[in-house]
Amino acid sequence: MTTTAAPPEAPASTEPPVHRASLRKRLIPYWLLLPGILWLLVFFVLPMVYQASTSVQTGSLEEGFKVTWHFGTYWDAFTEYYPQFLRSLLYAGTATALCLLLGYPLAYLIAFKAGRWRNLLLVLVIAPFFTSFLIRTLAWKTILADGGPVVAVLNNIGFLDVTSWLGMTEGDRVLATPLAVVCGLTYNFLPFMILPLYSSLERIDTRLHEAAGDLYARPATVFRKVTFPLSMPGVVSGTLLTFIPASGDYVNAELLGSTDTRMIGNVIQSQYLRILDYPTAAALSFILMAIVLIMVTIYIRRAGTEDLV
Amino acid sequence: MTDKTAGGDVRLSGISKHYGTFTAVHPLDLTIPQGSFFALLGASGCGKTTTLRMIAGLEEPSTGTVHLGDREVTDLQPYKRPVNTVFQSYALFPHLSIFENVAFGLRRRGIKSVKKQVDDMLELVQLGQFAQRKPHQLSGGQQQRVAVARALINHPQVLLLDEPLGALDLKLRRQMQLELKRIQTEVGITFVHVTHDQEEAMTMADTVAVMNGGRVEQLGAPAELYENPGTTFVANFLGTSNLIEATVETAGTGAAAGSGSEIVVSASGAVLRLPASRCATTPRTGGKLLVGVRPEKISLVHADEEDTIATGRNKITGRIADSSFIGVSTQYVIDSQVCPELEVYAQNIERDSRLVPGAEVILHWNPEHTFGLDAAQSMLAGTMGDAGIETVEESA
Amino acid sequence: MRNPLTWLRRNVVVIAGLGTLAYMILPNVVVTVFSFNNPTGRFNYAWQEFSLDAWKDPCGVADMCGSLSLSLQIALWSTLVATALGTAIAFALVRYRFRARGAVNSLIFLPMAMPEIVMAASLLALFLNMGIQLGFWTILIAHIMFCLSFVVAAVKARVLSMDPRLEEAARDLYAGPVQTFVRVTLPIAAPGIAAGALLSFALSFDDFIITNFNSGNTVTFPMFVWGSAQRGTPVQINVIGTAMFVIAVLVVLAGQMVGNRRKKAQPK
Repeated sequence: MTTTAAPPEAPASTEPPVHRASLRKRLIPYWLLLPGILWLLVFFVLPMVYQASTSVQTGSLEEGFKVTWHFGTYWDAFTEYYPQFLRSLLYAGTATALCLLLGYPLAYLIAFKAGRWRNLLLVLVIAPFFTSFLIRTLAWKTILADGGPVVAVLNNIGFLDVTSWLGMTEGDRVLATPLAVVCGLTYNFLPFMILPLYSSLERIDTRLHEAAGDLYARPATVFRKVTFPLSMPGVVSGTLLTFIPASGDYVNAELLGSTDTRMIGNVIQSQYLRILDYPTAAALSFILMAIVLIMVTIYIRRAGTEDLV
Repeated sequence: MTDKTAGGDVRLSGISKHYGTFTAVHPLDLTIPQGSFFALLGASGCGKTTTLRMIAGLEEPSTGTVHLGDREVTDLQPYKRPVNTVFQSYALFPHLSIFENVAFGLRRRGIKSVKKQVDDMLELVQLGQFAQRKPHQLSGGQQQRVAVARALINHPQVLLLDEPLGALDLKLRRQMQLELKRIQTEVGITFVHVTHDQEEAMTMADTVAVMNGGRVEQLGAPAELYENPGTTFVANFLGTSNLIEATVETAGTGAAAGSGSEIVVSASGAVLRLPASRCATTPRTGGKLLVGVRPEKISLVHADEEDTIATGRNKITGRIADSSFIGVSTQYVIDSQVCPELEVYAQNIERDSRLVPGAEVILHWNPEHTFGLDAAQSMLAGTMGDAGIETVEESA
Repeated sequence: MRNPLTWLRRNVVVIAGLGTLAYMILPNVVVTVFSFNNPTGRFNYAWQEFSLDAWKDPCGVADMCGSLSLSLQIALWSTLVATALGTAIAFALVRYRFRARGAVNSLIFLPMAMPEIVMAASLLALFLNMGIQLGFWTILIAHIMFCLSFVVAAVKARVLSMDPRLEEAARDLYAGPVQTFVRVTLPIAAPGIAAGALLSFALSFDDFIITNFNSGNTVTFPMFVWGSAQRGTPVQINVIGTAMFVIAVLVVLAGQMVGNRRKKAQPK
């Protein structure tokens, strides 16, 4: 036996040398993070600080603004514009629900039923992205034009009576009504719903469907008890990716709506860029941020999933 | 040790690894002779993989040095060490063909004409026709052979194998064990093999180091470890042992005496003897001692036939609690006052129909087959699913 | 199977899904059709007559092609920078343990969990306070900022699914740090990096809200479209929209065909 544990001559010698991970090696992650994190700190966090300070300033454009810790701006801004806040949440919520309702069947179709058409369908879902969304939103002006074929059909099947009863349309017009804005929001954010839904559906092992069927579950039950719960991560991230941008959007309300459909985004935009009342605009965007972050946090807690990114 | 044999030995001196306050490997001295097939055996988390990774250079030791022959390689980056690794789950490059996977090491060392060498190596592992495939197009066993070829083509001084057969099914694993053994004999390179499978370690290796809780419990040839375990962990982890807690009646003259001296112990009335040379501790008269015997060394007879037992053998009476027939042998569990649940494996040569559960029996064995262990340790160390296996966090 | 109701019930998912697809494609069809329109007024919202005029002279509108090229430049630069910075962050997050991991993760997540207008407004607050001239650079800075998180998410997902042993294997096989990165890490992480880059390009090119706040007098293509919605929409906008759609679909399809051929060629 040439192999020996603890050869007798070894312990008598000096203390074993101590190796430590070199400083250079330990700094690698920080070097990798540095540029990007610095960018976010300077152009994402710092602006928030500036905006916070702007929101508690008073003054005018001519005399300049000064920090006076005037928190009253928040209260004034909220009381004056709470209808727009409510409207934003309502429109964004409705659009999110519609996206889920419309997007789920398509995501399901692509994931399980499309076969060799799967890639083509995916391309068709993504392709509209490549045309500027403003151009596509403008196209809705043509589609929903007064007296056009789409509006005529909706009118004839009594759809407009229903939406009018819901307060979403007036008379036989669609353009410049809440319906048009919700329809535009739904359209714009559908891909953000479909893609996460698809990626979580696609991961489901189809043998689970077979197993559920084997265990006496009818197709509807299979969906309710197996497919839908397993697609929850997609549902959660899809609804967030739809609701968050929709709540701050002002493009659809501007292009497809009227003064009665102004959302909070429109108010912030005009306060900042036209009226130049910076403190009010800053306070409004902080209130919006707070509302969205609180809602998102509660939603994520309740949905019990945290792997969003 | 002469200079000549030291030329390619792997020498670990005082090597240890801490993660924060946590010690994965306690200071360890180990010499792996050139050309040997060496196994590091232990349960998951015992520090065996960490030790292997320190030899490969993938893990920096907290203390101590690594020598390859006369050369110290402790601070050498893995890509500068004449050591190659067969990784757990193989780590074949998914974006490269089998040919390019095998050629990877040669190309990195700037060797231009690799075709002949790669083809020869693929022949050695019988994968010549798969050269242009991608790894995911091969079966588990084939991938495993690619991993071996990819490492061996570099003619390393030492080949490290990290649980190389863990992902294969039982039958393929047997086949690959023989295959690896054949390759090792053919190329004559030192193999250091990490495994948690005691049977695998014993079949393949010349020398086995049993690790537990970041320490080497015992080191030696497989047969030596099996017959002469030094700790309860080794006794239980390598095969099965019956351990009986006993009181020392006559301490003999200790391990220093010749092979003739005997230790006599008693346990619940039974008097047992064992050779002093097979006792891993120095017994004191009146002190405690764990007495062990392997299940296959014990003979079993019905209580009515006590007179057929030769004198001088260790004897225990008991009752059969359970028996299971497994083809080549029958395994009995015997309850005895001396020790509950003694295990006995009896070859199925002539089966005594009276040996059924409930029957009174006598167990007897040659005292030479008895070993003695320090009673201060847990009797359960190294048994299945027990806290006696000290686990440490394996680094990913 | 003859029963139409049974058929309907069996295919209800397919019908609903295709209905949604039609809803998503319809505006693109309208954009394409109206690129051949010859409108009478300033606005291109009602069909008049077929005409190829706009296609013959796509840059015939003042400033439009200039804004298009500006948008392409900004998208290219922000993609390059965001991809480089984002990939580095993703590697640091997946491959290293360090303090403040949680804080870094939240910092990456927050820009995605915030309405765009909030970031747009706060950036404007910064630029106004610092007295920075709005224009090309402020747009670029803003675009890199919001693309960064998306690149990190895309690359992180890919690197997470990559076995760290592959890199160890490369180092074990005589590849130094640079060789390991170039020969193993990069090729395997490439699909994630490419996805992140494509996403940033699309996000940057099409961004309106943040650009609207921080562009000053500089006009990107979306800004041009926005302005024309007020002043009058030239048919050329539809031409550009249609061309971009067709080119994108062709590129994707070509990419898939190459991919398929490669897949078929593999097993010999």
